[in-house]
Amino acid sequence: MSETPQLLVHHDGDNVGVVVVEDLKAGTDMLCVVTENNTDFRLACHHDVPIGHKVALQDFAEGDTIIKYGQDIGRVVAPAKKGEHIHTHNLKTKRW
Amino acid sequence: MPDSTMSNLSFFGYRRENGRVGVRNYVAILPVDDISNAACEAVANNIQGTMALPHAYGRLQFGEDLELHFRTMIGTGANPNVAACIVIGIEPDWTQKIVDGIAATGKPVAGFSIEQNGDINTIAAASRKAKEFVHLTSEYQREECDISELWVSTKCGESDTTTGLSSCPTVGNMYDKLLPKGIYGVFGETSEITGAEHLCKDRAATPEAGEKFMKIFQAYQDEVIEPFKTSDLSDSQPTKGNILGGLTTIEEKALGNLEKIGRTSTYIDALGPAEAPEKGNGLYFMDTSSAAAECVTLMAAAGYVVHTFPTGQGNVVGNPIVPVIKITGNPRTVRTMGEHVDVDVSGVLRREMTIDEAGDALIENIRRTANGRLTAAEALGHKEFVMTKLYRSA
Repeated sequence: MSETPQLLVHHDGDNVGVVVVEDLKAGTDMLCVVTENNTDFRLACHHDVPIGHKVALQDFAEGDTIIKYGQDIGRVVAPAKKGEHIHTHNLKTKRW
Repeated sequence: MPDSTMSNLSFFGYRRENGRVGVRNYVAILPVDDISNAACEAVANNIQGTMALPHAYGRLQFGEDLELHFRTMIGTGANPNVAACIVIGIEPDWTQKIVDGIAATGKPVAGFSIEQNGDINTIAAASRKAKEFVHLTSEYQREECDISELWVSTKCGESDTTTGLSSCPTVGNMYDKLLPKGIYGVFGETSEITGAEHLCKDRAATPEAGEKFMKIFQAYQDEVIEPFKTSDLSDSQPTKGNILGGLTTIEEKALGNLEKIGRTSTYIDALGPAEAPEKGNGLYFMDTSSAAAECVTLMAAAGYVVHTFPTGQGNVVGNPIVPVIKITGNPRTVRTMGEHVDVDVSGVLRREMTIDEAGDALIENIRRTANGRLTAAEALGHKEFVMTKLYRSA
């Protein structure tokens, strides 16, 4: 299988992944690879998401914590469904 | 030729009077202060093979800020990439202080001051000396040096989520391989550790180094962020470019940033800005701004001779005396601004290239750059020399 992944996930326990291809369209059935252990899974992307931006791997409610690199990267400030775009509109730092 | 055993890694550099090795051979024309820039630029215009280093400061500074100014000036002139140095200041005392600091390396250095001479006489005298230095240093030859003689700094810029996945771990892999060979390394960017400070503290080689890092980190929060912020820092850290690239929070940015120190490397000391490492070979943390040109300038002043710079969205920074190697894994950046990229690791995102292979590719590029190959930033004329200012002048 030499299919190129559309989404990379750092750690097994992360609840977001990163789009690594340009022009990803809503509805794409993404090949997702966990870089830590090279396992893969598939996930339908619900939005057009630019390269480098994050996609939810699970449903989120306000107040939930986003985990990336196996670490806390901030809190959810607006609900998001699995497969949706995660960025400044629904994720905020716990610092500053 | 990535050689997985990496035995007998060497490069060709210029051995200086104090034993350090440079990878460039500049005759620098260094202004003590802002009002001496014009004279320095005139000398560099008169004498081919010299380079002026204009900057914005050097008058009425005091205390810790003045100490940092002198440390940066002296460190820049003392850097092994500088073969010889002309120092020009408005008055003789501070000029001589910088000349004496640089002269401690044993390299040729001469100072000139403008008061009671005027620009024209100063430029004439300094130009004659600069010409002498050019003839002397242009005959210097490179010699083969072991990789352990290389001092390699790192700082990333215009990061995005691809830097944490590819270009930063590429630098980390390089450090994990070359630090055991005896090189000196340094990372910094105090504000960009926010959210990963607990992990950074854990990467100290000793509890003392970890405490020293935490003290610097906390002082930055208490003395810089708290007194000067007008809102939160969400509009500055992450930057607008970071956010366009998909980074959302400072914690996320910090975790990617810290990938630059690899998996096994530990730092042996935490340095002040532009402070030279004094605990032998190994990795150091330095208290720096996260602004690219300021950070690279401070690391160059500490004596580092090659800089590795991961970027996602495409930071174009360079430095006048240190080659800045750009590494990116973002395929869009490779496509749209490839002229700025020295090491393309976008294969990591396509799972066609491992981090181990990317690290080997970077090591090979570092060796070629050290041997004299110009980086993209050098070829494109990027010479950002930016002094760090701690507070307002008197």
